[in-house]
Amino acid sequence: METRELTCIGCPLGCALTVTMNGEDITVTGNTCPRGAEYAKKEVTDPRRIVTSTVRVTGGSLPAVSVKTKSDIPKGKIEDCILALKNVSLTAPVHMGDVVLSNVADTGVDVIATKNIL
Amino acid sequence: MNRTTDLVIIGGGPAGLAAAVAARKAGVQDILILERDRELGGILNQCIHNGFGLHTFKEELTGPEYAGRFIAQVQEAEIPYLLNTMVVDISATAGGKTKIVTAMNKEDGLMNIEARAVILAMGCRERPRGALNIPGYRPAGIYSAGTAQRFVNMEGRMPGREVVILGSGDIGLIMARRMTLEGAKVKVVAELMPYSGGLKRNIVQCLDDFGIPLKLSTTVIDIKGKERVESVTLAKVGPDRKPIPGTEEEIPCDTLLLSCGLIPENELSGMAGVTLSPVTSGPVVNESFETNIEGVFACGNVLHVHDLVDYVSEEATAAGGRAAAYLKGELEGEGSQEVTIKGEGGVRYTVPSTLHVDRMTDKQVVRFRVGNVYQNCDLAVYFNDTCIQKLHKKVMAPGEMEQVILLKNKLQETENLTNITIRVEQPTA
Repeated sequence: METRELTCIGCPLGCALTVTMNGEDITVTGNTCPRGAEYAKKEVTDPRRIVTSTVRVTGGSLPAVSVKTKSDIPKGKIEDCILALKNVSLTAPVHMGDVVLSNVADTGVDVIATKNIL
Repeated sequence: MNRTTDLVIIGGGPAGLAAAVAARKAGVQDILILERDRELGGILNQCIHNGFGLHTFKEELTGPEYAGRFIAQVQEAEIPYLLNTMVVDISATAGGKTKIVTAMNKEDGLMNIEARAVILAMGCRERPRGALNIPGYRPAGIYSAGTAQRFVNMEGRMPGREVVILGSGDIGLIMARRMTLEGAKVKVVAELMPYSGGLKRNIVQCLDDFGIPLKLSTTVIDIKGKERVESVTLAKVGPDRKPIPGTEEEIPCDTLLLSCGLIPENELSGMAGVTLSPVTSGPVVNESFETNIEGVFACGNVLHVHDLVDYVSEEATAAGGRAAAYLKGELEGEGSQEVTIKGEGGVRYTVPSTLHVDRMTDKQVVRFRVGNVYQNCDLAVYFNDTCIQKLHKKVMAPGEMEQVILLKNKLQETENLTNITIRVEQPTA
């Protein structure tokens, strides 16, 4: 049996949640609404985040372009994703939506530009 | 160089863009947006994180993407704008009806633009160190969080390696994560108040995810280092927000980021004679977002600091529409019944602060912030001395904007309505 303390992000109330995991069996206490339980279960079984960062660009109006993972990736892959982006260098023009790096850190998710650098 | 136009919009950030699009949709052909940066989009361009637009577009966009949607609308509508252009003065013409906006840029030099209406959309600035009275040396390495954000996200430069952040507003929290991802060590986020001013989601995803400690009721009482920051000293504060002797803790670092609040940028408004609210530092406006000066409107963070850009767009859309109505002569009725709106008992201010019943649209959104964290309270709305509406709120916090909606028909039904009061109340048992 394992317990974890989380803060719910569903609303400004920010309930202090306690999640008890017993194999497949997950119980959540401390939540004041069903959204809290749902959030906690997702957070302990498969936490995911959209990662945003920047990538170097040469020959453009700015030396960096903002990027994001097209969808959320496992939380544990954030660092690998950031490290992979460090090795990417683009040449202007870069357009919003351009794929900057495909299948980042073997997540199956592409990283795309979120801004035009012309 | 001199030119004339119907509507000048000062600022090409989210407020200015939405106001321009709305004014054009309402039939104003002759619009000019003045932007001092080298591109449209304002501060959204450096807010590369996601979470924008959930209300407006029903999807989570990054700042540049959100701005991009509105920039595209402005370009599609072929609304003219000038970049790298700084407005230095707004004044009324001798007759009083039209305004002279004085601006300059490298190509045109100094220009006087005669406008029939002006929308103020200049946004806000961060509270700087000088306004915080932090003692200590003044070495390199002290930045506002937004300055650091621009360096990292747009200029591709890191302001430092070992970071302490003072203030737990959203920009500070976002920068804690951003600096960490870029390889810096964020040692602590200190917050003077006993609660964070940032969104819960940001506390969890920017601090907890990376094991960055948040110290509440804590402030910076000293900065050491002559050329570059070498350390900052933190101390706990009591309920009077004064440092408690004996709680000092020196943290070695090379960078201090300040995220201690935003102030609407109203130097121009002041020059134009616009009345400012001492609470918001923004213009006092009526139901049409019109200031005390006829034909001068305000929206976005120059009016009051918003928590979500979606509300800025919504407000600016309304302001753009009302400015268009003014230009078409449909905002007459100055003589009609004017109602004062005020906040009391925890409601710090309201936008708007007056309304003309005849001029208002069917629904009037009144936005405000509360001064403390309130749990299980009622938001009560009074017409004169009669409570007409109570809204139960599980929680309200100073970091989040609140709103109530007033219905025109309800106001019209009330005889001799002179004032509306919005108040936080304990629920009656």
